[in-house]
Amino acid sequence: MGLLSDPVRRRALARLVLRLNAPLCVLSYLAGIAWFLALAFPPLTQRTYMSENAMGSTMVEEQFAGGDRARAFARDFAAHRRKSGALPVAWLERTMRSVGLEVYTQSFSRKLPFPDETHERYMVSGTNVYGILRAPRAASTESLVLTVPCGSDSTNSQAVGLLLALAAHFRGQIYWAKDIIFLVTEYDLLGTEAWLEAYHDVNVTGMQSSPLQGRAGAIQAAVALELSSDMVTSLDVAVEGLNGQLPNLDLLNLFQTFCQKGGLLCTLQGKLQPQDWTSLDGPLQGLQMLLLMVLRQASGRPHGSHGLFLRYRVEALTLRGINSFRQYKYDLVAVGKALEGMFRKLNHLLERLHQSFFLYLLPALSRFVSIGLYMPAAGFLLLVLGLKALELWMQLHEAGVGLEEPRGSPGPSAQGVGLASLVAPLLISQAMGLALYVLPVLGQHVAAQHFPVAEAEAVVLTLLAIYAAGLALPHNTHRVVSTQAPDRGWMALKLVALIYLALQLGCIALTNFSLGFLLAATMVPTAALAKPHGSRTLYAALLVLTSPAATLFGSLFLWRELQEAPLSLAEGWQLFLAALAQGVLEHHTYGALLFPLLSLGLYPCWLLFWNVLFWK
Amino acid sequence: MAVSHCFSRAASAFTAVLLFSFGCVAASHIEDQAEQFFRSGHTNNWAVLVCTSRFWFNYRHVANTLSVYRSVKRLGIPDSHIVLMLADDMACNPRNPKPATVFSHKNMELNVYGDDVEVDYRSYEVTVENFLRVLTGRIPPSTPRSKRLLSDDRSNILIYMTGHGGNGFLKFQDSEEITNIELADAFEQMWQKRRYNELLFIIDTCQGASMYERFYSPNIMALASSQVGEDSLSHQPDPAIGVHLMDRYTFYVLEFLEEINPASQTNMNDLFQVCPKSLCVSTPGHRTDLFQRDPKNVLITDFFGSVRKVEITTETINLQQDSEIMESSYKEDQMDEELMEPLKYAEQLPVAQIIHQ
Repeated sequence: MGLLSDPVRRRALARLVLRLNAPLCVLSYLAGIAWFLALAFPPLTQRTYMSENAMGSTMVEEQFAGGDRARAFARDFAAHRRKSGALPVAWLERTMRSVGLEVYTQSFSRKLPFPDETHERYMVSGTNVYGILRAPRAASTESLVLTVPCGSDSTNSQAVGLLLALAAHFRGQIYWAKDIIFLVTEYDLLGTEAWLEAYHDVNVTGMQSSPLQGRAGAIQAAVALELSSDMVTSLDVAVEGLNGQLPNLDLLNLFQTFCQKGGLLCTLQGKLQPQDWTSLDGPLQGLQMLLLMVLRQASGRPHGSHGLFLRYRVEALTLRGINSFRQYKYDLVAVGKALEGMFRKLNHLLERLHQSFFLYLLPALSRFVSIGLYMPAAGFLLLVLGLKALELWMQLHEAGVGLEEPRGSPGPSAQGVGLASLVAPLLISQAMGLALYVLPVLGQHVAAQHFPVAEAEAVVLTLLAIYAAGLALPHNTHRVVSTQAPDRGWMALKLVALIYLALQLGCIALTNFSLGFLLAATMVPTAALAKPHGSRTLYAALLVLTSPAATLFGSLFLWRELQEAPLSLAEGWQLFLAALAQGVLEHHTYGALLFPLLSLGLYPCWLLFWNVLFWK
Repeated sequence: MAVSHCFSRAASAFTAVLLFSFGCVAASHIEDQAEQFFRSGHTNNWAVLVCTSRFWFNYRHVANTLSVYRSVKRLGIPDSHIVLMLADDMACNPRNPKPATVFSHKNMELNVYGDDVEVDYRSYEVTVENFLRVLTGRIPPSTPRSKRLLSDDRSNILIYMTGHGGNGFLKFQDSEEITNIELADAFEQMWQKRRYNELLFIIDTCQGASMYERFYSPNIMALASSQVGEDSLSHQPDPAIGVHLMDRYTFYVLEFLEEINPASQTNMNDLFQVCPKSLCVSTPGHRTDLFQRDPKNVLITDFFGSVRKVEITTETINLQQDSEIMESSYKEDQMDEELMEPLKYAEQLPVAQIIHQ
């Protein structure tokens, strides 16, 4: 009944939308992709600037000269570590005490859900050692952290040496207004997670860690250091953290100013910075780095110890010293001076870093794209889903109206049956998702008994098996549907699936834009196109190619391609299996959300579209 | 007979003229001396020095205020006549690599904190309310004397303010502001209560000239470091301490004041020339329309120093040693009889001098 609007005009508007729907969808999708690609180009990308007033004005003078001392400490540490095989806790305690810090240790243990093949761990128990430098004239209300993660594969001994030499230098200064914690963790990220949980008195990942004896106040900022050689040719900075969280941009700006001041070569994503932004070269290189950052952020892995600090809203960065075949090298003194300068500037802070951006993308170390400028790309992609849903809604409404006119009573019953036929596919897809989430880890021992595979392989193969099984199961109980309105069943299901997908992708894009955009770019076209008519095999192939697992597979290839180390198919498959295992492990050990999102959220949604495709 | 009569008349006329001219010269000489003595109508000097910003990165505002404090003390104004308001403690800030010092020149050349700083309003006591109470004298009776501005109608007051400001306001402590209208009204209250003879107002903030636009009370001269729409810039970045140590305008004012000694005859026109645009980047401004004297007759020491007026008399007074008086002074009952001269007292209420304008 047209009480508030004119039914004739409404119908005309509806017909207009239905007619223009396909071109609008295509246009919107292309606009989204084009906007994303344009993010690396000058009007959308801006120069970075220091927003925090307390860190802004003048530079500080660095006086660190302990290069020899750092090397000596590093040699000692490496020797003791080789002798004992694990972290030399007693030696570290002794050395930190001799340097003048208050030393504490913390032990932790964890049994991983299944053995980690890449790091070769299963039952982990270790000790973290940390020393606190108390601020001489201030109350211990705030602190800064310098951490060196030590794992078995990367001993990081030069970083430990530099940490100890810096601690000795800092101890002799009187201008510290915040305590400084020097943390050496065992089993790199596991140790860092244990320390952080104990420091903040929470337990989010099931780690058993002993409580901390010494505390230093709220942590304002943290820097993680990884150095594997005495001389470095460049310093690489990693910003992406767990679940795609990023530190405040001011911390990166601070690092970049000290790179420039010390003349250090600093890289992002392992690549040199593009210099020429006026011609096309700079932006194209920037696009490459932007894509790399998007892929890393979408994976949701903590790319370094800093990634775990971000969860507690402690701004953190990881600095990696790279030793490549370049002529000009920097020694430990240069790296130490950059760190000293950063800590002195962080010392000036009066509040937490909050003036600059928390959500951004980096085409280069000195350029950024803010959230206000990159969000429209995701918006355009999700608009396609919205338009398709609108079209379906109108078609359903018209069909319903068309049906009501000749006969009144079967109308409601047809609708009721339509809704009932939706419940079954939804339930079954959701159940498949739940099975995908729970069964691999639960059933690993059963699988290992029956098949000649290790537990880790069992988990991965179970994952793939359940994924493929979801494709083959019959979903529909559609035979109870009357043949009066055959189209209405799949259209209603597709409508529900489109809205579900749009909701999920929208929520994901808000917190982790990269993941949301990547999934939207692959899933939106096939989701919009899925229908039971037409060439089923082609659509089926397309749908499989854009399923979440295939997106993961493809993005691995893209990632290695961008890093100029392309993969062959076999290598890619191995890497894919390893990535699946890591994804499940990281969910259990650090609380990474990619695995639950994909298995409990996106996979069932994708199964609904598969359902729509094979609707009879 | 007539000739002698004429001659006597001429002689008398001549002597009259001579006496007259003599008298004129003497009168003008006395006038000169009187004018010299009463060049400025003030008898005492006060200074109110205010730094309104806190936080370590505003080190330069505290250094600004302390450099003016140092000059003012050096030129003679005692601590009892200075009200020093500092909104934060830079000398003892945990971030200060040289504790108990505040430097105004890089490479740590000049420590303006010194040994005997007396801060009257410190830290959170520096508020707009306290500042206005100090100016107008509406202070609770329990306030100690060192926190009061006990000026009278013969006081020349120097008011120096620095901090972060904008068009028409000055920020106190990152939480409140004082507007130029409030300041002008406070000065009018001071005028109506005769709390100043002449007032020199100096402000070193961004858009400082907006703060003196609204003054309407007489006898006020104002200087500012920048015009409306301009920023005052900082100077002296020191990498050892890690902050800027001074603002440009006050840095050059300090350089200028270091040349002044209590006997200087430098006048206000020279102060107006300090820090031209080439050095300061901003354009300093000044306002003299409310001031009654010509700025070229106003000495710097009229406001920045405390110069005592000394009159040298050429009369000699004999002090006789009268031993009788000395001996008999021990006997009380004989004191009254042996007093030689009656004592004279000064007029308790010199009405004629109060109502002089």
